[in-house]
Amino acid sequence: MKKTYKIDVDCANCANKMEDAARKTEGVKDATVNFMTLKMSVEFEEGQDPKAVMQKVRDNCKKVEDDCEIFI
Amino acid sequence: MNKKQKKMLIRILLAASLMVLLHFLPARGLIRFACYLVPYLIVGYDILLKAGKGIRNRQVFDESFLMAVATVGAMALAVYEDGDYTEAIAVMLFYQVGEWFQSYAVGRSRRNISELMDIRPDYANVEQDGELMQVDPDEVPVGGIIVVQPGEKIPIDGVVTEGRSSLNTSALTGESVPRSVKEGEEVISGCINLTGVLKIRTAKEFGESTVSKILDLVENASSRKSKSEDFISKFARVYTPLVCYSALALAFLPPLVRMAVLGLPADFGDWIYRALTFLVISCPCALVVSIPLSFFAGIGGASNAGVLIKGSNYMETMSRVKCVVFDKTGTMTQGVFEVIDVHHSRMEREKLLEYAALAECASSHPISKSLKKAYGRPIDRSRVTNIREISGSGVIAQVDGITVAAGNVRLMRHLQVEYKECRHVGTIVHMAVNGVYEGHIVISDRIKPHAKEAVAALKSAGVSRTVMLTGDTAAVADQVAAELGIDEVYSELLPEGKVKKVEELLEKRGEKERLAFVGDGINDAPVLSRADIGIAMGAMGSDAAIEAADVVLMDDDPVKIAKAIRISRKCLGIVYENIWFAIGIKGVCLLLGALGIANMWLAVFADVGVMVLAVLNAIRALFVKKF
Repeated sequence: MKKTYKIDVDCANCANKMEDAARKTEGVKDATVNFMTLKMSVEFEEGQDPKAVMQKVRDNCKKVEDDCEIFI
Repeated sequence: MNKKQKKMLIRILLAASLMVLLHFLPARGLIRFACYLVPYLIVGYDILLKAGKGIRNRQVFDESFLMAVATVGAMALAVYEDGDYTEAIAVMLFYQVGEWFQSYAVGRSRRNISELMDIRPDYANVEQDGELMQVDPDEVPVGGIIVVQPGEKIPIDGVVTEGRSSLNTSALTGESVPRSVKEGEEVISGCINLTGVLKIRTAKEFGESTVSKILDLVENASSRKSKSEDFISKFARVYTPLVCYSALALAFLPPLVRMAVLGLPADFGDWIYRALTFLVISCPCALVVSIPLSFFAGIGGASNAGVLIKGSNYMETMSRVKCVVFDKTGTMTQGVFEVIDVHHSRMEREKLLEYAALAECASSHPISKSLKKAYGRPIDRSRVTNIREISGSGVIAQVDGITVAAGNVRLMRHLQVEYKECRHVGTIVHMAVNGVYEGHIVISDRIKPHAKEAVAALKSAGVSRTVMLTGDTAAVADQVAAELGIDEVYSELLPEGKVKKVEELLEKRGEKERLAFVGDGINDAPVLSRADIGIAMGAMGSDAAIEAADVVLMDDDPVKIAKAIRISRKCLGIVYENIWFAIGIKGVCLLLGALGIANMWLAVFADVGVMVLAVLNAIRALFVKKF
C-alpha cells in the first residue's frame, strides 16, 4: 500500500535526511520525499497499519530534523 | 512571504541595526562581549538550539551544528583576544540571510511552477431547478450534466450535449490555436471555454479525468529521482562528516606539528580560525537544493509546453537520446486513410466513388470507410444486392442492377479484366463496372503536416540516427521515409517484430547513447516499455498511452519530440553547471581556507552566494518557450 502525506521542511538536505529516516522505520517498505512539492510518499509493508507506522516515521524524522512536520 | 519568513526577516534587520549601533559603543572587555551577545543571539538562537538538539539526537553533522561551532568558536576567539566580535555575528547573519533567501526563492519557484501548471478546476457548474450551482467537481456523477461558461475551465471529461464554442487547449498541449467544438463532440477537462456556453454530459469521474491524471503525473514526477540527484544525496552524506573531520584535523594537527617538529610557536588561534572558515564553507545546501530544483523547474516548464515527463530520471535519459525510432502509422502519418486520387477513369470521379462506396457498404475495413467518407453522402443500402466478398481480393456486388467489382490486382485477374498498374504508392482499389475496367482509386495515409520538420529538428537537436518501423508494405514505408528524410526503415513488421527490431537497435547503440521509441500508445505498449525511453503521442484522452510511456506528448505533433529532447538537454546542462559550479567554488574556497588566505567573509560567500546563484540558475530550466 502506498500513501502520500504533506510535509513541511525548510531545507533540501533536511528533506533527504527525512527520507532516509523514513526508509529505516520499521514497517516501511520504501519512502520518497519530494522537497519541491513538499510531499512524502510511503509504501508500507504488507499487513502494517499506516497510522501506527506513520507515528513512528514522524518520531524518527523529528530526531534527524527537529524542524520538520508530517501531516498525518 | 509566509509568517516564518517575515519573522526571520525582522530578526535579521534587528540584529543588523544593533550591530551598527554597537560599532560606536566604547565598551571594553566582558561588557562589550555581553553587548555583542545580544544581536548574536537574536539572529542565531534557533541555530544554536537546533545544534543542541542535533547533538542530543546524535545527528551532529548537520549545518546548524557547523554554523554553531563556527560562530561560537569565532566568538570564543574574540573573547580570548578581546578582539572583533562582528565577524562571528556577521557569519551567522549572512547564513540566516542566505537561508531566508533560499526559502523565499524556493517558495517563489514552487509557486511559479504550480501557477504554470494551474489547470486544476476549482468547481463545476450544475443546473438545479433552473439555477446554476457551483459544486465540487468531485461530487459530479458520471453521466451528470455540467455547464461551462465562457472563460471557465472544463472540469471533467465528457461529451457536449448543447452549444458550440471554441476551446483554448494551450494549458494541456501548448498549442495556441483554439479548437472548435459542437454538439456530440468529446471534450477534455483542463481546456478553457472561450466563446459560447457549453452543456456537457460527463463521461468520467473527476479523479479519472484527464486533468486530474496530468496533475497527478506532474506532481509525482520529481519523486522518481535521477542519477544526478542520487549522486548529490550520497555526496552530501559523505561530504559533511569528511569536512568536519578535516576541520578538526586542520585545527590541531598543524599547530602540534609546528610545536613538536618544527619548534615554532603553535599559533592555535590562527589554525582554529582556519578550521572554522572551513566549516562555514562546507555546507552542502547549494548542491542539495539546486539539483532537484532544476529538475522540478524543467519538468514544470516542459509540461507547460505540452510535454509531460514522468520523472527526473526520464529527463536525464531523454537528454542522452541519440537514436529515435518512430512508429509510422499514427506517429508520422495521421493513421487515417484517405482517398487521394482517381486514375484512368472514363466515368466522373463522383460516380466512380459512389459505385465503390456502395459496393463496399457492408465492410468495416478502414479502406471501405475511407471510400464511404470520400463519397460523402448517406448510403442507401437497398440499391446494393448480391454482395460477394472475395477474401484477400475485394468485393463484387450489384449496384442498381449493374455488376461492380472493387478490389486489388488479383480480383481484376480473376475477372479477366485488363487493368493498368498504378505508379503511386498506397492502397490501390481497381474498379470494374459491368465487366469493363474503369480505372483505380488511390488511397493513402496522409503524412502529418509537421513530420518532415520534426525529423529535421531532431537532426539539429543532435540525434544521429532516425529509424522508422511499420507493419505496412515496403513500398509505402520507403516512400514515406524518403519524403521525411528518415535514415533507416524496417517494414512489414508484426507487433512482436517491432519489439525485436528495437532490441537489436538497443544492442547496437553506444554505451552512453540512449534510444527513444515514439508511438501513439495504441498497441505499441510493449515497444514503449522496452526502449530506453518510450514517448507516447496524442495522449489527449488516451489512458493507455499515459500509462505505458515515460514521456507523454499531449498533442500529436511530432515536432514536440525534438522540443522534448531540447528541454531535457537544457535542464541537464543546468544541472551539470550547478554541480560543477558549486563543487568547484567550494573546493577552491576550502583550499584557500586551509591555506589561510580565505577569511570568514569569503567563506560566507562560498556558502550563501553559491547557493543563491545555483538557485537562480536552476530557475532558468523553467523557461522553455524559445525553441
